[in-house]
Amino acid sequence: MRIVKIMLAALALATGIGTVKADDWSDTLAKARGQTVYWNAWAGDERINTYIQWVGTRVQAEYGVTLRHVKLADTAEAVSRVLAEKTAGRVEGGSVDLIWINGENFAAMKRGQMLFGPFTQKLPNFKLVDTKGKPTTLVDFTIPTDGLESPWGMAQFVFMMDTARVKNPPRSIPALLDWAKANPGRFGYPAPPDFIGSTFLKQALVELTPDRAILQKPVDEAGFAAATQPLWAWLDALHPALWREGAAFPKSGPALRQMLDDGAVDMALSFHPGEASSLIAEGKLPKSVRTFVLDGGTIGNTHFVAIPFNAKAKEGAMAVANFLLSPEAQARKQDPAYWGDGTVLDLAALPAADKARFEAIQLGVATLSPQELGTALPEPHPSWMTRIEEEWLKRYSR
Amino acid sequence: MLRLVPPLTLLLFLGPIAAGLAGTLLPAFGHLPVLGMDLAPSDPWRMLAGAPGLGTALTLTLTSGLLSAALSYTLAVGLCAAFHDRAWFARLRVTLAPLLAVPHAALAIGFAFLIAPSGWIARLISPWLTGWETPPGFATVADPYALALTMALMLKETPFLLLMILAALNQVPSNRLMAVSRTLGYGPITGWLKAVLPLVQRQIRLPLYAVLAYALSNVDMAIVLAPDTPPPLAVQLLRWFNDPDLAMRFPAAAGAVLLCLVVALAIGLTRGIEALTGALGRRWIAGGSRGGSGTGLRLAAGVGGGLALALSLFSLLALGLWSLAGRWRYPDALPQSIGLSTWMRQGETLALPFWTTLWAGLAATLIALALVLACLEHEQRRGRALSQRGLWLLYLPLLVPQVGFLFGVQVLLVVARLDGSAAALVWSHLLFVLPYVYLALADPYRALDARYERTARCLGASPARVFWRVKLPILLKPILIAAAIGFAVSVSQYLPTLFAGAGRYATLTTEAVSLSAGADRRVVAVFAFAQGGLPFLGFLLALLLPAWLYRHRAGLRRIG
Repeated sequence: MRIVKIMLAALALATGIGTVKADDWSDTLAKARGQTVYWNAWAGDERINTYIQWVGTRVQAEYGVTLRHVKLADTAEAVSRVLAEKTAGRVEGGSVDLIWINGENFAAMKRGQMLFGPFTQKLPNFKLVDTKGKPTTLVDFTIPTDGLESPWGMAQFVFMMDTARVKNPPRSIPALLDWAKANPGRFGYPAPPDFIGSTFLKQALVELTPDRAILQKPVDEAGFAAATQPLWAWLDALHPALWREGAAFPKSGPALRQMLDDGAVDMALSFHPGEASSLIAEGKLPKSVRTFVLDGGTIGNTHFVAIPFNAKAKEGAMAVANFLLSPEAQARKQDPAYWGDGTVLDLAALPAADKARFEAIQLGVATLSPQELGTALPEPHPSWMTRIEEEWLKRYSR
Repeated sequence: MLRLVPPLTLLLFLGPIAAGLAGTLLPAFGHLPVLGMDLAPSDPWRMLAGAPGLGTALTLTLTSGLLSAALSYTLAVGLCAAFHDRAWFARLRVTLAPLLAVPHAALAIGFAFLIAPSGWIARLISPWLTGWETPPGFATVADPYALALTMALMLKETPFLLLMILAALNQVPSNRLMAVSRTLGYGPITGWLKAVLPLVQRQIRLPLYAVLAYALSNVDMAIVLAPDTPPPLAVQLLRWFNDPDLAMRFPAAAGAVLLCLVVALAIGLTRGIEALTGALGRRWIAGGSRGGSGTGLRLAAGVGGGLALALSLFSLLALGLWSLAGRWRYPDALPQSIGLSTWMRQGETLALPFWTTLWAGLAATLIALALVLACLEHEQRRGRALSQRGLWLLYLPLLVPQVGFLFGVQVLLVVARLDGSAAALVWSHLLFVLPYVYLALADPYRALDARYERTARCLGASPARVFWRVKLPILLKPILIAAAIGFAVSVSQYLPTLFAGAGRYATLTTEAVSLSAGADRRVVAVFAFAQGGLPFLGFLLALLLPAWLYRHRAGLRRIG
């Protein structure tokens, strides 16, 4: 039975890729015209919301697709909705057309066969993606994307600090503990499952765990205790030195950076190396804020868009995914004036005019150069994140 | 035709609630066929009991719910006892209505802007008074005892209870009672508490229970103001329900049943306290103590009421100011610059939720108005008023925690393929709009002098013509006020919009709450202010329209 399933899946994969034809895409665009795409995307950051809104006006002009941003507090909401629809037997006309996704949500949807595709090979702009130089565009938290999600942006974990108050930032996870103890109440992180909070925990885990290789494999119970024991010991020591002694946590990444602006904490966390510059330019952070990374590197990943299996406007969703990969959309996204999120494209291979778009971007005062950002550490297998979140809640949510 | 409306109204109402409750009860005991899962009946409860932080979540729910209801009740009764004899007290009804219209989420967000460690109050007194160069480290929002939530609930519920007491006062001979008690030598406050309150109490029982149920099960205010590791029970249930692990719906359903039980127990407890106080109170009344002038009590009530009013107003002011602020860094007392730039930038984003809020509110209000008017007209032609039991049924959506039946309703909607439809959205709002429209309209409708109708009938008008040409024009003002209340209720709906709208319908409320998790304060303020402003405009219209329409008819302007 299982073998049959795998063979069927392989067959679907093969035929999916096998049928790529040039006029396939014009067919897709013809069907996309007039469709309304409900894009379920995390909406906790209004700069990103504004960017999505701009995408809406552009795809309307370009493809005649109406884009609706369904604003999520947590991507899991959309996953849960598609899952509920699948279980209720709604195999078409679903309420979600496109999801901004990565990591454990993608893993859950792929495992549950809730995704449409493979479709990325059909997108004309997908060939611009730097799949060689940026391997995470094809492997999402160790899970192969198999063409079921289309890369959208590159993220790398960075710390923000107010240099008016932080002179020597800690450059490692153990040093962060010392810094927090020396400056009680001046550091905090959002509680998981907020993705900034969860990523912070993974960052600490990667640095503290005795054997990093185990994190690339699905978690097993025996290994979990040994691998995470140093993390819990470190957190137990850290929490009393946190903002509000670790009895309360900032609500989200954006809430944390607002606290940095208020001066309630001295550091904040971000997944977008250009975010600090962009916020300074908008007057939402003091001019004295700078970013830094850890000497051992910080976690980096790619975020994607995917189409649920029962989406109503699959063609429209593909048109949007294709537009998101265009040099125009990617350059605007990388510009700290709008968002400051890294591109997934291979800049070297772009035509000169498109390359110029990227070269014209001002990185801003607080953005680290690619050299300073250092190497991005790989994300652990998504099952680690799920287990860590569970265990964290057990230990610290009382 | 007309006689079909009351049963139809009840069906529209109770059918889905009952079905929704069943849809919650079944998974609470392990049965969820839609998702193809079946557990042992005790499994969901075991999962619930084993959930981390459940005890704290429950404690937060209980303390904030019970304390806020007790405080609102005390303050509302205290204000009535202390100031019932003042001239301005009679006009309070009109002044309170707009305050009542402020949506929960807008008030909560504004209140957070006001009292947070980096909030406006701290900015006004720092650093010159406090020495706080950076915001103080203690928690004033999301505090471990949920006091911020308790306070905000109290601010929101006190005007509602006050209005309900005012409405009840119209139905008891309070002036005569007070005159008699005065001649017998009772102080004004003691006299009111001994002679009037016992009669009023019966009438505000249901509103008080509604306040209690809301306080114990609210989600939107708790998301903004309560701690979240763990959050109060209702918020925790919502999280479980949205978990991508569908098995979490079992503890969510069991938790929803638990929350319903908690509300039922709290209502029972309140009834018990009421009976006990009644028994003790009778001895106090019979004891004959006259009480003094009550200056101390009056001062306390005045300070409490004034403080509550000031906090509410400054919360709204904080919203307005933040929506106009340029750079405003702690501890500056005021923004460095003021302007419309945030409004301009958010204009486009604001437009769609604004229109959704508007049409959903108008549709739900119009349907509610039509149903309520038909029910009231039917009742008058039959000469039979709604029984006490009928009133309970009407109050049901306000007494059952929303999470308790919306889970079940959503599954039904998915099966019926109605989730995310406009009809589902409007209906889910109607559920909460209808009771308020009924409460607002029933008294004025019944109080209309029957001689108008009799005269018109004698002149040969049919009952339908009397309704359209006599009753509606005369009652225009109360009808519009009821509509404004209904519209305000629709605007403030958070959970129903989430559940019935399947995420496709964003309203100002859902936007404001989701933004409040961390977006720029200016943007949150724009959405919350728009959310609060819309119902206010409704009230303004309800007050101005009759005045303008009847500008040449002095007689019609006096009614209502």
